[in-house]
Parts: sequence; structure tokens; C-alpha cells
Amino acid sequence: MTAVEEVPLSPAGNPIGFGNMKRVEDQRFVRGHGNYVDDVSLPGMVHGAILRSPFAHARINGIDTSRAEQLPGVLAVITGKVLEGIPRPDLLGDNFAWMPTLSYDTQAVLATDKVRFQGQEVAFVIATDRYIAKDALELIDVDYEPLEPVMDAKRAMEPGAPIIRDDKGQQDNSITDVHGHKDWESGNAIGTAEAIAAAQADPDCVVVTQEVMYPRVHPAPMETCGSVAFLDKVTGQLTLYTTSQAPHAHRTVYAMVAGLPEHKIRVISPDIGGGFGNKVGIYPGYVLSIVGSIVTGKPVKWMEDRNENLTSTSFARDYHMTGTIAATKEGKILAVDVDVLADHGAFNGVAQPTNYPAGFFHIFSGSYDYPNAHCKVTPVYTNKAPGGVAYACSFRITEAVYLIERLVDCLAAELGMDPAELRLKNLLRPEQFPYTSPTGWVYDSGQYENTMRLALEMADYDQLRREQAEKRARGEYMGIGLSFFTEGVGAGPRKDMDILGLGMADGIELRVHPTGKAVLRLSVQSQGQAHETTYAQIVAHELGIPPEDIEVVHGDTDQTPFGLGTYGSRSTPVSGAAAAVVSRKVKDKARQIAAAALECSPDDLEWQLGQWHVKGDPERAKTIQEIALLSHGSLELPDGVEGHLEATTVYNPPNLTYPYGCYVCVVDVDPGTGQVKVRRFIAVDDCGTRINPMVVEGQVHGGIADGIGMALMELIAFDEDGNCLGGSFMDYLLPTSMECPDYELGETVTPSPHHPIGAKGVGESATVGSPPAVVNAVIDAISPFGVRHADMPLTPANVWRAIQGRPVRVDMAVE
Amino acid sequence: MIPIAFDYVRPTTIPEAVAALVASGEDGKILAGGQSLMPVLRLRMAAPSVVIDCSEIADLQGVRDDGNSIVIGAGTTHHDVMNSPIVKEHSPLLAMATATVADPAIRHRGTLGGALAHADPAGDLPAVALALDGVLSVTGPNGSRDIAAADFFTDYFTTSMAEDEILVSVTLPKLGAGWGYHYEKFQRTAQGWAIVGVAAAVHRSNGNITAARIGLTNMAPSPVRASSVETALSGADATVKAVGDAAASAADGTRATSDLHAAADYREHLARVITKRAVLTAGGI
Ligand SMILES: Cc1cc2nc3c(=O)[nH]c(=O)nc-3n(C[C@H](O)[C@H](O)[C@H](O)COP(=O)(O)OP(=O)(O)OC[C@H]3O[C@@H](n4cnc5c(N)ncnc54)[C@H](O)[C@@H]3O)c2cc1C
Repeated sequence: MTAVEEVPLSPAGNPIGFGNMKRVEDQRFVRGHGNYVDDVSLPGMVHGAILRSPFAHARINGIDTSRAEQLPGVLAVITGKVLEGIPRPDLLGDNFAWMPTLSYDTQAVLATDKVRFQGQEVAFVIATDRYIAKDALELIDVDYEPLEPVMDAKRAMEPGAPIIRDDKGQQDNSITDVHGHKDWESGNAIGTAEAIAAAQADPDCVVVTQEVMYPRVHPAPMETCGSVAFLDKVTGQLTLYTTSQAPHAHRTVYAMVAGLPEHKIRVISPDIGGGFGNKVGIYPGYVLSIVGSIVTGKPVKWMEDRNENLTSTSFARDYHMTGTIAATKEGKILAVDVDVLADHGAFNGVAQPTNYPAGFFHIFSGSYDYPNAHCKVTPVYTNKAPGGVAYACSFRITEAVYLIERLVDCLAAELGMDPAELRLKNLLRPEQFPYTSPTGWVYDSGQYENTMRLALEMADYDQLRREQAEKRARGEYMGIGLSFFTEGVGAGPRKDMDILGLGMADGIELRVHPTGKAVLRLSVQSQGQAHETTYAQIVAHELGIPPEDIEVVHGDTDQTPFGLGTYGSRSTPVSGAAAAVVSRKVKDKARQIAAAALECSPDDLEWQLGQWHVKGDPERAKTIQEIALLSHGSLELPDGVEGHLEATTVYNPPNLTYPYGCYVCVVDVDPGTGQVKVRRFIAVDDCGTRINPMVVEGQVHGGIADGIGMALMELIAFDEDGNCLGGSFMDYLLPTSMECPDYELGETVTPSPHHPIGAKGVGESATVGSPPAVVNAVIDAISPFGVRHADMPLTPANVWRAIQGRPVRVDMAVE
Repeated sequence: MIPIAFDYVRPTTIPEAVAALVASGEDGKILAGGQSLMPVLRLRMAAPSVVIDCSEIADLQGVRDDGNSIVIGAGTTHHDVMNSPIVKEHSPLLAMATATVADPAIRHRGTLGGALAHADPAGDLPAVALALDGVLSVTGPNGSRDIAAADFFTDYFTTSMAEDEILVSVTLPKLGAGWGYHYEKFQRTAQGWAIVGVAAAVHRSNGNITAARIGLTNMAPSPVRASSVETALSGADATVKAVGDAAASAADGTRATSDLHAAADYREHLARVITKRAVLTAGGI
């Protein structure tokens, strides 16, 4: 199966199957007809606004809402005290002031005892318009008693550090997961320690240790988070329009949190302006809009502004990593050991499968063949915003790939070996697949060396190295950076992957109408991934129905079957598989009906291009459209075959899929200013079968831009007083097209053997693969100054400091 | 991101605008292009009782040639300034610097007067007005007066205009023949604000630099002249070496601040590097 396979075109000119096809959703987006949460306006709707804490850590001695309540137009002011007075009839906490997080921790809906991060929700005003709601916030008097903020994960672990979660009776700032563990290990601790010790003692081996910080960044989707809630007191029905990447999972959590009957909750996630994991968690604002509707009896809209989004919603990363890599002097990697201090903020709100408290970080052993790997991850509370799923969440694969790819480059520098050569020496070989990694992952398929050689060829790597040597002689600093990544995506097999007890299998429904048009109902929700296009193509590929004849319905729990949503690149591996499987069920049924119509046995039929025909006699055929009409007509059907043409399925993936790729980045560094210019970016991705290559390329383009942003400019920093310094786009810089080069994309296609159409998922590949390529390129450029590592973001100021050999501290604004 | 309620008036003459300012007590705000004022209102960092929209005042618009100088109405948009044939001919440094301001959408609304009156330390245009010895004409209830650029910018976002005065125009002397110009802006993203900016005008004759004027953006609470560089350049050889030596004192007398983008020592370093580049380009060296 290759991407260039010839497929027939539909009357509308679309491929009846896989191939390039314009995104159908763009019709409405480019005409300004998208329908986002903030576009929702219900009769009688009122508006909510949240009062947020100016302090990172403070005791609340009292809240006086009386002046706000008196402002004309204010309907209600809700505080933590009010919520505390509402008992909750379930096991997840005893009152409404607290809610469960996706990691079985608790999070304040509205602060009661203390505020624990700057921007934390303190009170909720409901008013007749947005202006009055904001005005009322200024009339709420909160008596704060500031406490010492804990902004540094290392400080949080020190004895005597202020205790952040005294509400839980904590004696320190450690985080205990649902299994009772304070830290989390994977791999072979003893074997790895022994291998490293042996290498240390062996003159033919080297051991390199490097501290690497992946600082806190924010996904910054164009659309901020928000919701419109309406509890109809007559029917008891709660309708929630919300920015959710996982409407079904959210509905179930609301049922648990609010004690509301699940069948009376409808969650609608309309068009979503970017997710990147920012819209996986449940925020207090969503819950407050529901509470607000219960209190006022009216629909309540709550919509964040940019500052609220950047300072209070799900961040990403904040991993302090120390890696040790051992290898022979010939460059054969022997072992990698990793120690991580993970800053989770004030509440442990990460969304990871329950059995994976550090997500899939332990895929850090990477794309290389060596027997011993081990990691230990220690999570800790600090006075920062909670979350930690966000930004092409990838369940921490981004951090893992960054670490190993930096370590490999550090090793190359130590050995004086070309980083491409070192990687080629260690890449897994095709015959090793399925490959069980030292931390227990089973990689499904890969032809790594092919992919890497294609990337090097596209880059003209040897010529780049010659150019670099010439330039260095002239005092010019260009750098060439490589990364090779393997991801495990498509969570996941339900026997060992769940979030809050909800297994990660996806339902789907396909219904073919009498005229042969079809509707496909998905559980996953698109935030820009083009599901309405690509899922129609999967059905088209399986059934021969033109994609324009297939309506894809998603994002509404009343209209779609249950499933866990879109994040972690899971849609194509899980729901994409479901779409193929449900289409095959319909195809099997169509065969029975065709056989009845053609008066033959189903076994006598063969499938070709949207029709069942008698083997060897293509003239005796029934198209899928004819069969659809027959299935709804009066044709007598064989025993056991029901009328109509539809099917449902729940897809439980047998394993993750393992997309991979090789990236090459070329930068020029201005030694006078430290400014980095990304000159070229070559990305060769292997995500298995490409349903729509154009959509794949779009995902890769976005991911590279993300990676350039994280590597060079994006940062949520804090000062020592706990102030967030990344609260606007003047301070939180994002790359624009001017900072990004023309991307040079290539592909290899190694289908997943266990996925029905061989597709692997590509949503996060470039976000995962590009940061190390950019950083490796910058470090390569400034290596003549003796620099072996510097942390992201490699801002001009940080590069300038690194060149001088001065320390760079990126996560805090301290000198 | 929602402002506090305010009244709104839109006068069509300068006297009407001044009257509205006076009537508001100390509480009125002039609105020009709104590119700085609206963010400030939305963040509730300012809460004027009345916003006086001056965008319809014809007397604030346009560029004219006044013999030895050019006069630019305060309400002229960045777009119109940088495309004005008069500005391009007689004050190319202003045209160059204006072209680096933000992006086309913002340049179509933002005005020269607004940028100067706002006096943002990171704004590009105050340093240009200072380097070119511009004169700012303001009008208030007691009539009009002229303020030299060197006396106009007094502190962060602060000018020597009184609360009830409005900026009417900016006069820039024509420098005449033999001058070369360059605005060198160091920014982190293409449309970002200046981390440091250098406005340079360099006069050359016979292989020597005869005079130089250098204004620095974002090296102090308000724009500053790099006077020691100017002195060192006057009469210096037009060589890379001589310019580099002169530029080494670019940070002298500045008061750079530290923020997320740059610590003070890095800004000082940038001032030296960028000044050298600006002078070399302006001097065609
Ligand atoms: C995203 C963005 C990026 C930007 N990037 C840059 C940049 O790179 N470089 C740069 O220099 N600028 C930048 N700016 C600012 C831009 O140049 C603004 O146009 C300028 O600062 C203000 O001009 P304005 O006409 O919009 O003034 P307004 O916003 O309308 O007013 C600004 C202030 O000046 C006062 N004011 C305006 N006109 C008068 C007058 N005639 N008399 C007295 N007071 C007056 C107002 O009361 C207000 O206090 C940027 C702005 C934005 C939004």
C-alpha cells in the first residue's frame, strides 16, 4: 500500500479512497461560517466572569461580595463558601467546592481555604452582560494573607518548603498517584546501573550525563476555553456547549461530579479553534457555567480571555531531566538512565492513562537498539497552574524524545563522531520488528534506516557539513541538527489504558441511507484535524461511496457513540480503525443482500470498486448504492439478515501504533546578537498509510512551527514572587510564518501491521520530532564556543549567554 | 479584556478637541489610531471617563513641505507616513523606521502622533524624532507651543505635554545632501517590538564621517541619543574599525532595563552591536 496508489475519482473530483482532497470543513471556515462556542447564543443567555487570584500562594481570610451583588445587572456571585455548602452525593469529594482531576487528585472549583496559583478561580459573577460581569469583579473584596510561593520544583522538594496541599493533610509537596506511589519507575534499574558502572570502568567506553530542562510552555490555541450551559428545569436536561476535545468523557465526569443523571446531559463540542491538549481537562469555568445555570435558571456563557487562557489553563512540559548515556568508543549505545523531577503545579491535573502516571515518557529509549534503560519520574506540587496534558500532549513523548535526542548529540560530541553516523549505527533494524523496547513497549513496524537516509539525501547532508566547515573558517556559525523519533500513539488497549476508569476504546456507527448516501457518527472530536474529510475517505476506500456522499457527525454526545476523544494522536489509530471495521461490517452485510438480489451464494461474489459482482462476471453486479436501496425495499432477505444497511462497532486497539521520522534542521546563528534563523527544515515522516497526504502535510507543518516556537521562543516563566510572566502574546511569543522556513517534506510508508488500514496517526509527530532537531542545530552552530548544551527556549539572550559560557536559567526570571 | 464604561466624542476641529479635553477635567483620553490606547483600556490599565476620537480632525492629517523642514500632522497614519513622497525624500530615516512598526493592519490605523504621545520606551519612532532633532507642536486651552523632541520624552509613557494639550504636528528639519540613514531594529519575531533599536543618520565627505546622529530605542525609560558615539564618529575614518571603536561606547549613559526578553547587560551589548551595524549601513561603509 503506498500513498500514490491510483484511486478512482468521484463525480465531484474527490478520490474514492485515499489521496489528496481539500478539507470539506474549510468551506465554512474560510467563509467565516464556523460555529464556535463563543458563537452560541441562546435565548435569555447571561454571562459569567471569574475573579482570579493575584497571588500564587495566599490564605483567604474572607470574601465580601456585597458591593458586587448590588451592581445593577448582577444576578449572582458564587464563592467557594457557597459551593462548600452544597453536598455532593458521590465518592469523588464531599462538596462542590472541589472536583476530581483526570489523575484522581482534587482541584478547587473556587478557592476556599487558600489560593495556590496566580490566576486561580476565586469567585464567579453572573450578570446580564459581559461588561457588567467584568465590572462586578472589581467590586469583590478578598482578604488575602500572602504566603511564601513555591515556584521552583527543586525548592518544593526541600525540607521546610511551604506545604501547598495542606487541604489534603500533606506533610510535603510530593504527589502520590492512585496506586500509592510517590515516584514512578520503568525499565531495568539494576541492569542499567550495572551497565553504566561497567562502562565507567571500561577504557573503551564513555559515559555522558546531561541535565536537560524542558520548560513550561502553553498550547495557546487561537480559540480560548469556554462554555455555554443550560439546565432546563422542566425537562431536567443539561445542555453544555463547550470547548472539549473529549465530549463523551467530559459528560461522564460531569455526571459523576454534579451527581446529574448522565442520560440528561448533552455535551456539544462545536467547531473548536485548536486544542493541542488544552481542551482535554475539565476547567472550573466549565463547572461554574453549569452551577450558574442551576442558580439562575438561565443559559450561562463563560469565555476566557487570552490572559486567562495563558495563565490558568493546561500548560505543558515543566520536566527537569537528568540523563546518563553509556556507549562504546565505537559509538554503540549500551544503556540510558534518566531521573526526572516533574512540576505538576498546584493540582495534579495531568490526563494520562491511569497506569501511566508519567504518561508514555518511558518510551525515551528511542529508536535505538540497546538492552538497558531505566527512568524514575518524581512529580511535585508547586504554586503554578495545574494541567500538564497540553501541547500536542503526546502523553509526555515530546519530553522523552527531546531527552534521548539531546543525549545522543551530547554523546556524539563526546565521541567526536558525526551525529548522523552515530544514529545510523544504533537505529533499530527492520528485522527486529515487532520490537520490545527495554521499557516494555512493542514497536509495531519500521524501516528506520531508509527513512533516515532519505532525510539525509534530501538535506544533502554531506554538502551541508562542507558548507559549515567553510563558514566556520570565515567566522560564520551555521548549525545542522538531527532528530530521529519514535512515538507510541493511539491509546489504547482497554485492558491497560483508561482515564479515570474509562477504557480507551472508541465506538462508531455507520448508516447507509436508501439512496446510497451515508452518515458516519464518530466519538472523536476534531480541533483542526479534518475528521470530516478523512473519515469520509476511509469509508469511501472501504465501500466505494464517494466521500462527498458521506456526512461525518461528531462532537455531540446525543448524536454519537461513546469514545474517549481526540488527543495523543489517537483518532486515526483508534477511531480511524473503527471507521474501517464498521465499513467492513456494512460491506459484509451488503454481500448477503447482493447475493439475495443476484440469486447466488455470497461466496460466489467478489468485491470491486464499490460493487459486489459474480466472480468472473462483472456484468452481474450490484453497486453499494443499489444494495442500499434493496436493503430498505421489499427484497426477500435470507434468514438472519435484517433490513437496512448499517452497523456499529467498538474498536479496541490491540497495541499502540508507532509512527516515526527523521528531521534535519539547518540554522544560522548571528554571533553578535545570538539570534537564530531557521534556514531549512527537512522532515521525513513515516506514519504508515496516508489517508489524505495533504492533511498529513498540514499536520506536519503545524507541528514544525510548534517545535520552532518551543525551541526558540515560547516560555511560561515566573518571577520569584509567583507572578506569571507569560500572560500575553507580547511576552508569550509564538512563531509566525516569518520565523519559519519553507518546509521540505518527505515520506516513507511502513504500514502498521495491526491497524485495519495500516495508518499510524501523525497529529503530534512534528511537535515531538522538531524541538530536538532545532536545538541540536543551534548547539551544533555554537559548539565552537565550547557549548554542549543550553536549555530551551534558545532566545537570542540565552544563546548570547551560552556563547560566553554563562549559565542560563530559563524557567525562572532570576539572574 | 473588557474596558470600563466611558463616554465617546468625535470632534472635527482642534479647538473642539481641546475643549472636550478641558471639559473632561483630567479624565479624558485622546484616541488616534487606538493601537496602543485600546489594549490599555481593555486591560483596564486606564479608565478615562471620556474618549475623544480625533481621527476625523482634518487639520491633524497629512504631510507638507515647509522649505527647510517637513511637517507631519499628528493624525497621519504610519502607512501614509512611510509612503509619503515628501517623507521618503527628506526624512527617509522616519520612513524606514515606520516600515518596521508592527504589521500592515496596525500601520493602517496607528498614527505618528499617537506613537510619540504614547512614548512607549520600545516604540520605534520617538528615537527617530530625537535623532533628527524634531520639534513637536502642541495646542492647549492657552494656545500653542513647540517642544523640542529632546524635552518631550520625559519618562516611561510620559511626555512634557500637559493633560489638556494635544499634539498637533511634528516638524523634522531637512538634513540636506551627504547624509545616509538607517534604522536597525533588533526584534525576536518579525512583527515584534524592538528589544533595542538604533536610528542612525551619518554624514560623509571624502572618506570621513563628518557628523552622526544616533537615537536609541528601548535603552532607557525614554529614547536617548548616543552622544559619545556621535562625538567619536565626528571626523572619524569611514572604516569598519573606526565605526566599531566608536560604537563601543553606545551603551554609555543609557539606563537599560531587564525583562523577560532581555536582561540589561544583554541590551547594552546589543546597543553596541546594533549601533555599529546601523552606522555602517547608514554611512554606506
Ligand atoms: C500588535 C502591535 C504591535 C505594535 N508594534 C509596534 C512596533 O513594533 N513599534 C512601534 O513603534 N509601535 C508598535 N505598536 C504601536 C503602534 O505604533 C501604535 O500605532 C502607536 O503606539 C500609537 O498610535 P495610535 O495612533 O494607535 O495611538 P492611540 O492608541 O490612539 O493613542 C496612544 C496614546 O497617545 C495619546 N494620543 C494619541 N494621539 C494624541 C494626540 N494627537 N495628542 C495627544 N495625545 C495623543 C492617546 O491618548 C493615548 O494615550 C504596535 C501596536 C500593536 C497593537
